[in-house]
Amino acid sequence: MDTTSPHGASPGAARAALLVLADGRFPAGGHAHSGGAEAAVKAGRIRDATDLATFCRGRLHTTGLTSAALAAAAAVGADPLVLDEAADARTPSPALRTTARKLGRQLMRAARAAWPCDALDALAAARPRGAHQPVVLGVTAHAAGLGPEDAAHCVAYESVGGPATAVVRLLGLDPFEATAVLARLAPELDQVARRAAEAGRRAPAEGPGALPAASAPLLDITAQAHAAWPVRLFAS
Amino acid sequence: MTALAPEGVAATARITAVPDGLGGTRLPVLESDGPLALRRTRGAGAYARVTVVGAMSAPLGGDRLAIEAGVRDGAALTVDSAAATVALPGRGGRPARYDVRLTAGAGACLRWLPEALISARGSDLRMTTRVELAARARLVLREEQILGRYGEETGTLTTRLTVHRAGRPLLDQELAYGPGAPGGWDGAAVLGGNRAVGQLLVVRPEFERSPPEAALLGDNAVLTPLAGPAVLVTAVAADALRLRRVLDRALRTFG
Repeated sequence: MDTTSPHGASPGAARAALLVLADGRFPAGGHAHSGGAEAAVKAGRIRDATDLATFCRGRLHTTGLTSAALAAAAAVGADPLVLDEAADARTPSPALRTTARKLGRQLMRAARAAWPCDALDALAAARPRGAHQPVVLGVTAHAAGLGPEDAAHCVAYESVGGPATAVVRLLGLDPFEATAVLARLAPELDQVARRAAEAGRRAPAEGPGALPAASAPLLDITAQAHAAWPVRLFAS
Repeated sequence: MTALAPEGVAATARITAVPDGLGGTRLPVLESDGPLALRRTRGAGAYARVTVVGAMSAPLGGDRLAIEAGVRDGAALTVDSAAATVALPGRGGRPARYDVRLTAGAGACLRWLPEALISARGSDLRMTTRVELAARARLVLREEQILGRYGEETGTLTTRLTVHRAGRPLLDQELAYGPGAPGGWDGAAVLGGNRAVGQLLVVRPEFERSPPEAALLGDNAVLTPLAGPAVLVTAVAADALRLRRVLDRALRTFG
């Protein structure tokens, strides 16, 4: 992949594009997903803001880190199809693979309208049913003139922002409290994004084995049960 | 060869399994090293069986242990262990490493079924398991991590299980628990207060045509088909006994 992006002056220098991409109002369908929080609430594992904070912290350092590194690698030009395969190997739950591809497809639609480019077209053509969302996000970030750390920040933030917002609806948690949970996680989120970006930069030369594969057993276990619920508020 | 590392032991045990030409398997390489003592034990059918008997008190902090097992085309090998492996703290608080490297060729069968790994208070173990499978190889692999001996706090334990089939990634999973792990490992996303966690991975070429369907195995375990011809059972439990019960049930179905 070319290092100059079609829509930005120099990669990593853009800032407003990051706000557009990370905005919860960016029409990529993320709002319909709780990131496993709905199943955790039902199981009685999230009852208050303290439980939410522990849930979010655990998710951030596991699937959050893994996804952020995939996005960072895609943003520096690692082969997105190789990354998509690496994402499959890091996602043992078919319910979560389906969710990741569905979210990837929705993001792809919005991204091609916002920052049209050959790289997005090529990925959409190669994975018509959707590539894993973090991979699409990394390619999108590059198209928008953003760098690997931006892509990693976006994904890491999403990994906790989704559950926090969902728990406000699921538990009637005070939205101020949910936002405070996210604010207190901000320094760790920065660390995770930095680690993800470092790993992502190594991926083009060293292959996807250089990327973290941190996983969360309960998220994998409960996702499968949640997908089978006849009635649920969130898609995942 | 056993070597004295600055602090702790460096040891690599090796197994190579080949067909014996009579429908069974022989072991031209069976090398114990340091605390890793290997014994050939009674196998079943075409399988040769090796039991790791010496791992009980290893690894201590600072140790660097490795086991390499290669199952050549058409051979069949079971590896188990006589007792649980207990990670213990060493002098100087240095982490220990334990690296398992497994390969299985065309038509080869590998059953890797060690007893649990127990992370004792104050220990710090980094374990990696790397498996390279030929396209027609078969694998059954169990891993169990127990966080602390009875009534004890856990040490720090990180494990990474990486499985490639025909050179492509099939499964890559990293787990990190204990005081040295990033936050949230004990919370609702990762363990939810459970102290035992395990995986059972079954790779069979015929799953390519007919993959088993995902199934819930109670509230705290799930059987999931991977993107390749394999199923993974992921389970968490309050203790080692409950964990083994879930994994054994799956092993009876797919073992």
